[in-house]
Amino acid sequence: MTRKSYHLLAMLALAAIGLAAPWLLPSYLSQFSKLWLFIVLALTWDLMGGQMGYNSFGNVVFFGIGMYATAATQVALYYPLAAYTAAKGGGTEFIFNTSQFFTGLAAGLPVGGLAAAIAALALGLIILGMRGHYFAIATLGLAIAAGELAAGWDLIGAGSGMVTPTPPDSIDTTVLFYYLSLALAALTFLFLAWLYSTRFGLAINAIRDDEDKAEAMGHHTTRNKVVAWVISAFFLGIAGGIFGNLSKFIDPIDVAFNGAEIGVWMILMAILGGKGTLWGPVIGAGVFYIMKELFWTYLLGWQRVALGLLIVIIVVFFPQGIVGWLKERWPGRFGPTAEEMEAADAKGEA
Amino acid sequence: MQPLLDVQNVSKAFGGVIANKNVSLKVEKGQIAGLIGPNGSGKTTMFNSIVGYHPVDSGQIFFKGREISRLRVGAIARLGLLRTFQQTRIYGKMTCMENMLISLPDRTGGFSSLLRSRHALGVQRAKDLLEFVGLYSKRYLYAGDLSFGQQKLLEFAMALINEPEMLLLDEPTAGINPTLINGLIDRLKRANKELGITLLVIEHNMRVIMNLADHIYCLAHGEMLAEGSPEDIRNDSRVIDAYLGAH
Repeated sequence: MTRKSYHLLAMLALAAIGLAAPWLLPSYLSQFSKLWLFIVLALTWDLMGGQMGYNSFGNVVFFGIGMYATAATQVALYYPLAAYTAAKGGGTEFIFNTSQFFTGLAAGLPVGGLAAAIAALALGLIILGMRGHYFAIATLGLAIAAGELAAGWDLIGAGSGMVTPTPPDSIDTTVLFYYLSLALAALTFLFLAWLYSTRFGLAINAIRDDEDKAEAMGHHTTRNKVVAWVISAFFLGIAGGIFGNLSKFIDPIDVAFNGAEIGVWMILMAILGGKGTLWGPVIGAGVFYIMKELFWTYLLGWQRVALGLLIVIIVVFFPQGIVGWLKERWPGRFGPTAEEMEAADAKGEA
Repeated sequence: MQPLLDVQNVSKAFGGVIANKNVSLKVEKGQIAGLIGPNGSGKTTMFNSIVGYHPVDSGQIFFKGREISRLRVGAIARLGLLRTFQQTRIYGKMTCMENMLISLPDRTGGFSSLLRSRHALGVQRAKDLLEFVGLYSKRYLYAGDLSFGQQKLLEFAMALINEPEMLLLDEPTAGINPTLINGLIDRLKRANKELGITLLVIEHNMRVIMNLADHIYCLAHGEMLAEGSPEDIRNDSRVIDAYLGAH
């Protein structure tokens, strides 16, 4: 069996598990929804941190922006947003019927993605001129600043947060958001798989390996970096929109712009699985999320210590991540062989 | 006819260190020009000024008649003026083929050409040029795993696939096995003749530069000391003094 068919088989197996989970593990469905979203977080972080070598500590900002933008759109289509947030989303006057709820969601999620993408474009034009470490440091403050800004903005509920629209009882939201999360993870994965197969994938790899060289060879490095961040932010924004609805309540600092947890986790998941690989973030997210849930269930009180220990173990023993380690150990099985690369080149040329 | 590259009275200082002082040089289209000088004489600074790596303090630089001293590195490269680095720079975690494919010129295609399959463009050209520099059998190895000399050859091939009009080479033979150097001189000459690429070469190896260049400039202490044919330079007592330390 070739590597390509393993790849296909793994995707099919994941899809089968994903589609069957509502019947197999109905009581864990919302955990699984979060797992799919975490895969999106790890994949989109890796586009920047792994494939392009730009470690962003601020990607959670796009997650939060998407979350707020989605919820705000869902509400604003039918009710004045200010009145809704002033009433803390509760009360009997803000009712969403089935069609309103679905329309709101259908409009809200793309708006969430676009809002995040626009934010990435604006931020990217400012700070993506910076190189490597300077960029990383510049992004450190982003989540904190965004959280504080959101906590001070009355229109979106300020510090008391925002309740996402409550659907009518007839909709089984657990299953709905599960499938939305699954679809988003699949879409993100397939899109990035395609993106990495293009010349753009090579261009951002070149930035990772030697940005000065790429620039000296005439690449539009800043443009490519901004495009990568915009793509990353778009999928993150949609993930945020789903996550907000899944949580039912958006707190500016603990949910939306939670840099200390979600912002760090997305980096860890990508590193654990293997930076700069397509499957690494998927596997890393799976392993990390399951460990995290186990720690929170069985080691309550010590869960953060255990998580910290896990992080140390990851960095010390798996600096390349799981997939990176496998590739190094068995390059022929987990990385493309010369023959496969030759064949791919021959096919592309024809 | 106007020269392809025309550097006029360029000065560049780093703090109190004057790296280039009123340096002028001209390279005609199709020529192989050499730039020599003792260590610290300002050769690499000259290169960096030409390709836009840092702004010049004064003076002007024309490429194809166009003033380029205010342009950025990427914009100058897209005009067809490319450089290689003294400390070889390649994309280490990519294969040689990938290094070549992403070095194809994107001047006309714009962003849409980046969305094509990485195997869609230039595969044959990449293979031919890797063959040309003798790295064909290593084409699917990671560039970072090559030896220093091989990386230099790869960098040269990457520059060639970019189809520059002019190529600035910073010590192309440094660190290369002496038996390979003759092969490299031959390849540089062929690139110049067959591909029509004008060359400006920094070189410390006198045998190489005397064999290669049509016209040589010699820098010392940041100033242009002498210029002329290899024969003139070889017999110029100031050049000999500069190299032996009498200057």
